[in-house]
Amino acid sequence: MQFRIVKKAEIGKKKRALIFLGSIFAALFVSGLFLAFLKLNPFQVYIAMLQGSLGSAYRIEQTIIYAIPLLITSLGVAIAFKMKFWNIGAEGQILMGAFLASYFALNYSHLPRPLLLLIMFLAGFVGGALWGIIPALFKTKWGTNETIITLMMNYVALKWVVYLQYGPWKDPNASGFPRIANFAESAVLPELMGVHVGWIIAVLLTILVYFFLNKSKKGFEIAVLGESVNTARYAGVNIFSTVVLAMVLSGGICGIVGFIEASAVEQTLTKDITGGVGFTAIITAWLGALKPQWIVLASTLFAILIQGSSYIQSAFGVSTYSAQLLEAIVLFFVLGSDFFTRYKLIIDCPILSRIKESGK
Amino acid sequence: MITIAFFKAAIIAGTPLLFATLGEIITEKSGHLNLGVEGMMLMGAIIGFQVGYSTNSPLLALLFAAIAGAFGALIYAFLTVSLRANQVVSGLALTIFGTGFAGFVGKSLVGMKMTDEFNYFFRDLKIPGLGDIPYLGEILFNHDIFVYLGYVTAIILGLYLYNTGKGLNLRAIGENPAAADAASIPITKYKYLHILLGGALCGLGGAYLSLAYVPVWQENITAGRGWIAVALVIFAGWNPYKAIIGAFLFGGLDIIGFRLQGTAIAISQYVFDMAPYVATIVILVIVSFRKSKKNAPPKALSEPYFREER
Repeated sequence: MQFRIVKKAEIGKKKRALIFLGSIFAALFVSGLFLAFLKLNPFQVYIAMLQGSLGSAYRIEQTIIYAIPLLITSLGVAIAFKMKFWNIGAEGQILMGAFLASYFALNYSHLPRPLLLLIMFLAGFVGGALWGIIPALFKTKWGTNETIITLMMNYVALKWVVYLQYGPWKDPNASGFPRIANFAESAVLPELMGVHVGWIIAVLLTILVYFFLNKSKKGFEIAVLGESVNTARYAGVNIFSTVVLAMVLSGGICGIVGFIEASAVEQTLTKDITGGVGFTAIITAWLGALKPQWIVLASTLFAILIQGSSYIQSAFGVSTYSAQLLEAIVLFFVLGSDFFTRYKLIIDCPILSRIKESGK
Repeated sequence: MITIAFFKAAIIAGTPLLFATLGEIITEKSGHLNLGVEGMMLMGAIIGFQVGYSTNSPLLALLFAAIAGAFGALIYAFLTVSLRANQVVSGLALTIFGTGFAGFVGKSLVGMKMTDEFNYFFRDLKIPGLGDIPYLGEILFNHDIFVYLGYVTAIILGLYLYNTGKGLNLRAIGENPAAADAASIPITKYKYLHILLGGALCGLGGAYLSLAYVPVWQENITAGRGWIAVALVIFAGWNPYKAIIGAFLFGGLDIIGFRLQGTAIAISQYVFDMAPYVATIVILVIVSFRKSKKNAPPKALSEPYFREER
């Protein structure tokens, strides 16, 4: 008996969706075995996760509040990934966006609310964009590996915010606690239909990024550059400006997340403002095949997963880290399943083929 | 402030980096960029700690730490070698998995300590002769057994890569898998073995953190050292000998902020905490604009090889 691997022709959408769904079920199955190993009933746990994330109006609101930063960050990350520019610096870009937005929130709180919020929005974008542009410059000028630079910049941003929180920005009225003062009312995003207006920003950004990637010239150039640098060069794409623009947008969009989280959720700047969203967004962007319409779905599913797992923590005493394990297992299976959309496994087995022959 | 004790501590802080860097070098030489170093280190750190805690045997702890790292690498190898999945995303997934795994297993171990009997294994052993050299002896040759294991592993890997036929085969696979295939080198077997070996080394690096360096279990004990190791591979130009220098240099940067506390230099500790990360960025940029052929990455790095696709 022998295995052979043959490349498949392009496969249909329906089959692709089936393979994707199959991999999700396989991941749930393996996670179920893991849960069973912990002497828990996987079905009960999964159902409890759904109840914990969607079981009541309040829980749905909480899930949406978590989905907002995840969705926006995934969109930002996807723009860079489309170019095969491995921006894993979303955490740092969120922090720097939050930092710059907080600067205005803390120092210009006397401004009228709409004006201050607009300034903070722009500041968030600029903060993230600056953090995104640095690795882009290094990459285009000297070919410096962007994966490590963006990751190291996460730590630099984190240490910077910690420094502010424990040092110059420490609230003197917090009776010694190392925390930054709460924002004034004028720096807090209002609510609409039970959830802060970040959700409207998320919806608008999804549409904008969709049109940018699919309908604009620059969006097309980013995709070409991602396929092959040489093709892009022959086609006359200005590689420098394309990479820089993509990273301004990628980092800037992540910076907006920093603004939203600081303004609407924490109502101050803290070192924990990202909640690890920068890394989860890498998974959701990839699961959504870097397409905004699918990223919405993937982010929503993951928000349900994460909210649900923080619920089962209290209900079953399972560590929140189990959510991270579950995320990684889902990602492993989806990554692996891609093989079956591209290749065909042929098993050469004399007995099998004889049975097949006689069956005809 | 810069004393013999400082340099000695730099060697100790650099040892986990050295193991992880060596692991990643051997992995990348097979043409696979595994960004799961942080995850594999964490898996090794927690399994090593758990086994050490429950058996009180340092050797078993190290053995299982290596196995845990290799297990993480096996997931990565299956995805990228057999299923030809994207190497960057597969590695990131492994890091997420390892972080979750260590957090999950380590939940009940936070703050736990090893026994004195266990710690005795990691006592300083002065090497006769070499340890008596003024200054250098104290800095380099008066350490625990694991530090020496790091020196030895680096030298063995250097000899293996540059002075043996198998090492040559491995480098051929990383540079030009099609040619290596034509020369009937069993590519898949080589890739699996070296990715697993790399994972085992990363696991050991993590275990040094939890068993000897800290040695108390704390969440996210690696604190980004796995990523610094990935950068050190570039710094070292994929050369195990140069990895020794790089790892110890970064070991020094890792502890400098802590050492400067309470001295005359009045710079915030938090600014110095940035030092290893800023230095990694600066060094990577410097290395990238003085590129040379000798320090180049393996040519086929992160390109999947598929025989039928030529």
